[in-house]
Amino acid sequence: MSSIGTGYDLSASQFSPDGRVFQVEYAVKALDNSGTVIALKGKEGVVFAVEKLVTSKLYEPGANRRIFTIDRHVGMAVCGLIADARQIVDIARREAANYRSQYGVPIPLKYLNDRVSMYMHAYTLYSAVRPYGCSVILSGYDITDGPAMFLIDPSGVSYGYHGCAVGKAKQAAKTEIEKLKLTDMPTQDLVKEAAKIIYLVHDELKDKNFELELSWVSKETNGDHQRVPDNVFVEAEKSAKQAMDAESDSEPEEV
Amino acid sequence: MFNTTDAYSAPPLWKNGPVPGAFYNFPGSNVDKQHIAQHSQAPVTTATSVIAFTFNSGVIIAGDLLASYGSLARFRDCPRIMKVNDNIIFGAGGDYGDFQYVKDLIQQKIIDEECLDDGFKLKPKSLYCWLTRVMYNRRSRFDPFWNTFVVGGLQEGVPFLGTVDKLGTAYEDKAICTGYGAHLALPLIRDALEKNPLLSEGEAVGLLKKCMEVLYYRDARSFPKYQVGIITKDGIKIEGPVDVNQNWQLAHMIN
Amino acid sequence: MFRNQYDSDVTVWSPQGRLHQVEYAMEAVKLGSATVGLKSATHSVILCLKRASSELAAYQKKIIPIDKHIGISISGLTADARMLSRYMRTECLNYKYSHDTLLPIARLISQLGNKMQLCTQRYDRRPYGVGLLVAGYDDQGPHIYQTCPSANYFDCKAMAIGARSQSARTYLEKHLDEFANCSPDELVKHGLRAVRDTLPNEVELSTKNVSIGYVGKSQDFKILEDDEIGIYLSMIEGEERRVGSGGGGGSSGTGDEALRPETGEQGDPQDPIPAVAMDTE
Repeated sequence: MSSIGTGYDLSASQFSPDGRVFQVEYAVKALDNSGTVIALKGKEGVVFAVEKLVTSKLYEPGANRRIFTIDRHVGMAVCGLIADARQIVDIARREAANYRSQYGVPIPLKYLNDRVSMYMHAYTLYSAVRPYGCSVILSGYDITDGPAMFLIDPSGVSYGYHGCAVGKAKQAAKTEIEKLKLTDMPTQDLVKEAAKIIYLVHDELKDKNFELELSWVSKETNGDHQRVPDNVFVEAEKSAKQAMDAESDSEPEEV
Repeated sequence: MFNTTDAYSAPPLWKNGPVPGAFYNFPGSNVDKQHIAQHSQAPVTTATSVIAFTFNSGVIIAGDLLASYGSLARFRDCPRIMKVNDNIIFGAGGDYGDFQYVKDLIQQKIIDEECLDDGFKLKPKSLYCWLTRVMYNRRSRFDPFWNTFVVGGLQEGVPFLGTVDKLGTAYEDKAICTGYGAHLALPLIRDALEKNPLLSEGEAVGLLKKCMEVLYYRDARSFPKYQVGIITKDGIKIEGPVDVNQNWQLAHMIN
Repeated sequence: MFRNQYDSDVTVWSPQGRLHQVEYAMEAVKLGSATVGLKSATHSVILCLKRASSELAAYQKKIIPIDKHIGISISGLTADARMLSRYMRTECLNYKYSHDTLLPIARLISQLGNKMQLCTQRYDRRPYGVGLLVAGYDDQGPHIYQTCPSANYFDCKAMAIGARSQSARTYLEKHLDEFANCSPDELVKHGLRAVRDTLPNEVELSTKNVSIGYVGKSQDFKILEDDEIGIYLSMIEGEERRVGSGGGGGSSGTGDEALRPETGEQGDPQDPIPAVAMDTE
């Protein structure tokens, strides 16, 4: 990044001499301070898991959720500046509502992803605005097309994934995800694996407290996006903690 | 205001201002024909009465399945009793297209609320108030929704029943009948409620059956198949199509 | 000054992924005098320390009623707070007009957050330079919310923002478990003690420089000012003040203050040191 500080990195509407738009790259950096978010797509569902960092005892538990429902059948997990992300949530909800009023059917995930991507991309084109400091993951389940998931960058670029991770520990999380055989995993197992990965990549030294958030959208939920039920949540968290304990027993040299 | 602009003529000098070459078109001399619209002055596809009243533990509401073109019995499967959420049940008479439009608005409202997932559920009084504002607003723009709506539900556990018509006139009552029902069924219900203010659910269903029967005999826009919605603390059930008990043996005795 | 290349507009990201203009706006909150909010199972209370700009001036009011069930206290730019409070009042009023019920607190706050976010993303705007503590009561009980110029907001059990508020937060954290079962009076006393901890040693709480607002179960939002406060002040009078009270400002309650040298007395012309990127959590 030799061109940093040469004055070509102050506006989203300006290229650097080597053809980059630095403001967009800087916006992506904002994600590195944020709790890890992962999404896993299995045989018949998608699961979100979020490491929500809690920075004060004075906050109520369960507040400032990072998983949102966009329409009954669409979930969104967000990473980065939560205030920016809520704006994206709002836009996505409007798109979904608008599609429903126009066509009388729920918005297809592919189309919603297109619209939201385009919206975020528009903020990388002008000097009068800044790119969004957040990434979002969209999830859905369709009776004919099966589960689907898309990750959208601050740049407005989006891809479909089988498993993806963003945030602080995205590298470690990706490594863990790659170990899984996602395509033929039932949703129940995805939940457990997702919880396990979040616990695994959480850095206890840097961030003391965090809350786990879990949601799913699958065949079992009739294609509705929901927070996972309490009993499933408790079980997933328990097995994640047990896995952590087993891990630390086997590697005594780590603190 | 000053002139209609088309692709060939010059744009106005400023917003809503005069157009070059059309300077002598002073305000008021030439009303823009594009902004004249004739609003609906009569309903087209209509549904007849809605019958509703409260009983000791809830609200019962019914409407038949017919949508007429004037006096022609045109469509014979047009449900117009609808569950809004766990607290609210809703019925409509009048123009069927307007009803469907308003139904979509309400359903989107419920989806929006479900997405927020903040534990708040729309209450019947709130929907009743909201509908009143919508109806009054439309009539004040001389473009009313040609309906009479009935909102029933449980507000803090207490049965609630309210209605609003196309003029925005709204009131709450223990028994509400719209259209022909207001003349034929309402006296029957009031009579029954006076004798026994706390009807059981079974008695309520009996009374309702009687009303639908009377209406079928005397209202020429009615139909012998109808839906019944009942809301109690155990939830909402919408039943139907229910058949009217018909007996025409007396017919030959009426000249 | 410590200015850098990337702090001139809200639309500019720094290479580290920070928004310096937004962080500076967060500093504005610390310039206002402290305000404290806390809640029990049935009531929410906000208290604040008022300042007078001169001997001849009245004390600046810092608690603003929004609706029957909501009141806010502010720290930072008062004029910005008035815009926000007007917006909140309008939203409450509109909701009451269209739904015949009081606007749930969480919904109001999220709408407010979305409004505040807009001016952190546009060249022609600046963030609101004010932090709010919102006390409210709705079907889900009492609430204390904190909002920031970064458009973040937090659902809190208790919170303090403004100048030297770290000491108040320390007090609140220490007594956090007691609040739930407090009577309203007890709650106010806890609040006053927390406010008192933000005072420099030579200043005392008085009926002039404190105001209290509370709301709760079958209790509309009410503001106590001047003489009405005397009773509560006398309740905590004579109690020993915590040693080493005062200390750095800070608004996020994230404990980031620990990483940073204590700033001097309030009004110190020293440049503020932005501690942490616009809170991403």
